Amino acid sequence: MKVLMLGWELPPHNSGGLGVACYQMCKELATQSVSIEFIVPYTAKHNIDFMKVTAATPQDVKDVIKSGIAYDSFKFIHDDGSEEWVSIFDQHRIYERGIESISRLGDFDIIHAHDWLTFRAGMRAKELSGKPLIVHVHATEYDRSGGNAGNPLVEEIEYMGMMLADRVITVSEYTKQVVMKHYRIPGDKIEVVHNSIDIGSYPEQSGDNLYTYLDVMRQSGWRVISYIGRLSVQKGLTNLLQAMRGVVDRAPKTLLLFIGSGEQYEELVNMAADLGLAANVLFVDFQRGKALTDGFAVSDLFVMPSVSEPFGIAPLEAIALGTPTLVSKQSGVTEVVRNCLTTDFWDIDKMVDDISSVVMHDELRDELHKQSYAEFCRMNWATSAQKLRTVYENAVGALV
Amino acid sequence: MNEPKRAIVLYLLMHQPLRVNPYTIFDVGKRHTYFEGAPSDDKRNNEGMLRKVADKSYFPTLTMFEELSKQYPEFKLSLSISGTLLEQLEAWRPDIIDIIKRLVDTGQCELVGENYYHSLAFFYSRAEFEMQVSMHKQRIQDVFGVTPTAFRNTEMAYNNDLAYWADKAGYKVIMSEGWDPILGWRSPNFVYRPTYTNQIRLLTKNYRLSDDLAFRFGDRTWEGWPLTAEKFVSWANKAWDQPLINLFMDFETFGEHQWEDTGIFDFMRALPEQWLKNETHSFMTVTQAATSFDPVDTIDTPQTVTWADVERDLTAWTGNGMQSGAIQSLYDLQDHIISSGDMQLINDWRRLQTSDHFYYMCTKWFNDGDVHAYFSPYDTPYEAFINYMNTYHDLKFRLHEKGYDV
Repeated sequence: MKVLMLGWELPPHNSGGLGVACYQMCKELATQSVSIEFIVPYTAKHNIDFMKVTAATPQDVKDVIKSGIAYDSFKFIHDDGSEEWVSIFDQHRIYERGIESISRLGDFDIIHAHDWLTFRAGMRAKELSGKPLIVHVHATEYDRSGGNAGNPLVEEIEYMGMMLADRVITVSEYTKQVVMKHYRIPGDKIEVVHNSIDIGSYPEQSGDNLYTYLDVMRQSGWRVISYIGRLSVQKGLTNLLQAMRGVVDRAPKTLLLFIGSGEQYEELVNMAADLGLAANVLFVDFQRGKALTDGFAVSDLFVMPSVSEPFGIAPLEAIALGTPTLVSKQSGVTEVVRNCLTTDFWDIDKMVDDISSVVMHDELRDELHKQSYAEFCRMNWATSAQKLRTVYENAVGALV
Repeated sequence: MNEPKRAIVLYLLMHQPLRVNPYTIFDVGKRHTYFEGAPSDDKRNNEGMLRKVADKSYFPTLTMFEELSKQYPEFKLSLSISGTLLEQLEAWRPDIIDIIKRLVDTGQCELVGENYYHSLAFFYSRAEFEMQVSMHKQRIQDVFGVTPTAFRNTEMAYNNDLAYWADKAGYKVIMSEGWDPILGWRSPNFVYRPTYTNQIRLLTKNYRLSDDLAFRFGDRTWEGWPLTAEKFVSWANKAWDQPLINLFMDFETFGEHQWEDTGIFDFMRALPEQWLKNETHSFMTVTQAATSFDPVDTIDTPQTVTWADVERDLTAWTGNGMQSGAIQSLYDLQDHIISSGDMQLINDWRRLQTSDHFYYMCTKWFNDGDVHAYFSPYDTPYEAFINYMNTYHDLKFRLHEKGYDV
């Protein structure tokens, strides 16, 4: 099976979970004898040996300014060295032209496109080659806009991609329902393939925790609640702040740690102050490496109160690093982790109840983590990759 | 005197907890009602659950036993009824109590003693345990006019200490799980004497034959399915030279764990006839059985044995940190609660001792994905813990209001 994989990013040049999911998925597919050529929209070195990584455009990754949502404008460097600022839609077009220039399109058995960023290119590749197209939905505009009206142009691309695709893959049952309800895609066209995690990619933590202050506070009876990720409306963070007010009323020795950046940063800082929580909420900018993992590790509870989360890998990272989780029921990850606390994203009272209980009872925190870590240790990509192969084979078979 | 006949000893345990209803941290200090408030169709609604189990199990099963005891004067059975269940029956289904009264009056039904709140108090506070046993004894005397001579602790939790206590308390017989590591090469089908005791006798559950009914009866993939009374008697007769077949199980086996459509009622109606066909066969109540045969050996049980899970220990109730933390915290309040003299507060504290509350916090099966094996009115063990601990904090609040330093 030869797959033309269309993606937007791969580690170490990723801005978020999409790149990690694509990388781990392809790695497992490769061990299951699937041959992959992965097309990225930039030129960079990846150190990947299990598949061929091809640049669709000559622009260097260093010149591509990206934010977590891949929405901002891009600086595009032309062959002659001249620079041009382009919008995300122009960027799609450049990527699409790059795909067109791949003359060997007919050599592939199937085209597999990840998220709306690559859907236009996927449709073009299908048109040129006549090969079946699989679109893989990691997130929709509905999720990113926190359940509000999103960008209609983005929704249109998503809709077209899903309509023209031979099969649609979603990362959770939850997202399948979103795709059926908000994009009116028939359910029998959609296959759920859960994301997973490569547990080997989380080595033992070493050295002192970088958050010395939090470490010391915990030893004197304080407890740390954290959210780590983008500060955007999709994540439901204003509800978490409201809940934090209720928690601190009952358990004053509680801190809330935010690690991340995003469009809601100022709003959240102001809101924390207005709620009288200035001394209880800490904001830390976007982090990588040990500063990121230590943030998970220093917490007593990781909260992901997303309004709409197709999967959400962050709770698994928290569990990997020793911290149990409270996750909104509107998150796909709850389909693969049973041992977590869950709440509706709007249910502030339930959040107060759950968080207070964790803060007051270490035995709840410890049992939650012990049990969820056991679940984490059983996770792997093999089952999901097996499912993907079946989807490929059925799509190819349907054409014959 | 005639040689006593071989006997089936059928003992059924009747118990329903008072489940803690939705109770959040916002309720702490504001509302002191822990056992009401859930919607009527909610699994935590005690009245709804009681009525359901009464319809499906208690009423049809007791009616059947009443008929069987009229039809077969040799038919005998033993029941136990927890205090928390008696209170609920009195409130919502007093007709069930009337049937039990009539059964007891026939002399064919023995009532077994236990602790009132179906608690694990024996392992946390001897004084509290003895209080709950005497409360239960008093209640049984008041309602049914009889005094229990047999004792069974919550969840069949048994050890040498318990046997020693029951012996001193004057019981004639105590019951336990007939678990192989305790019995060793011995068979559960005899009367034994616990070590370190003088008078009391021990009856041990034949868990293979008991579980054939309680767990496997309706399982169509089981090699023994379908189980007829004739087949069951033939299995029991493999031990033809042993005096007793001790069938101990939850009462709800009839109609609730095994639904009517499994044929469990038809089985039970047919069993007396099949068993009594042989003139050397009989039925006995627990005390009759223990006093009709002499003990053949002593049984030493230093560690606690229960009738739960493959482990047969207390880990289903106290095995994880949430469970042990919750139960320890509750008993830590004992001195203040008792000295407060506030009967409402004491009663709430005791109702929170019921073992079921801790069972709902068990994480042992939660990972298996086998939701059928996991019976709880809460979505997760963690929800059960959070809800429960909120009521604990309210108990502390109430003590604080009374001037206690908690």
